[in-house]
Amino acid sequence: MIEPNIVGGLIGGSLIGISSLAMLLLLGRITGISGILTGVITLNKQDGLPWRAAFIGGLIFGAVLYQFFFNRALPIEMQASGPLLILAGLLVGVGTRLGSGCTSGHGVCGIARRSPRSIASTATFMAVAVITVFVTRHLLS
Amino acid sequence: MKTSLAALFCGIVFGLGLAISEMINPARVIGFLDITGQWDLTLALVMGSALAFTVIGFPLITKKAHPILAEKFTLPTKKTLDTPLITGAVLFGVGWGLAGLCPGPAIAGLASLNPDIFLFVAAMIVGQFIGIRVEKTIA
Repeated sequence: MIEPNIVGGLIGGSLIGISSLAMLLLLGRITGISGILTGVITLNKQDGLPWRAAFIGGLIFGAVLYQFFFNRALPIEMQASGPLLILAGLLVGVGTRLGSGCTSGHGVCGIARRSPRSIASTATFMAVAVITVFVTRHLLS
Repeated sequence: MKTSLAALFCGIVFGLGLAISEMINPARVIGFLDITGQWDLTLALVMGSALAFTVIGFPLITKKAHPILAEKFTLPTKKTLDTPLITGAVLFGVGWGLAGLCPGPAIAGLASLNPDIFLFVAAMIVGQFIGIRVEKTIA
């Protein structure tokens, strides 16, 4: 087992939870990042383009701030590259659109709303991702 | 203006959370998904602690008449488990398992200026447009 990041995981997870609570309390919105992104890339002026763009900008700015606060580069070790990475991006894009959400909207917010759709979605994408990793890292390699 | 400032602030807190928890790192995510390998439980801790807040807080907040900066709550209305939901979750799961990146960490990861993250986000945006097309055809 890899050394888990226990303290970072608990603090970071709490920040994600607090952010999602604040979005619901202030804007009355679910913090579903794939959905917020859709509103930005389609430039949908009827559905809150300014706050969506602000949230996406904040997401990036938060990661910039991390580098300043902790005076270190973002911990990023890519696990795929080239055509495989492009394929993965396409699948994540199509899948989150058709499936109405991702890890944040379904996983963190939807489960908290006890939404059967979100519970089914989270169970499905988790299981499929585990199988995908098993096939690519153990069966094929 | 107020809603945009609030969303900016929430985005910053969310982005900090993804970086501090290292969910921004595809190696951490793959480490969690690789249950038959050297399992890394960090992602479970992150989701667990985020859910500790939302599971308790969401029902309390939605009892209010309206949110602080908006006239009403805008919550998902679909209730049925349909084919697009599950198909989408399967496709997303494959992509997530291949790269170890989902939308939040990928977007926050742009701050690293890593060209591979830009490539992934560009593909993800193209994928969303394809998804919108597919939704229109099946609707």
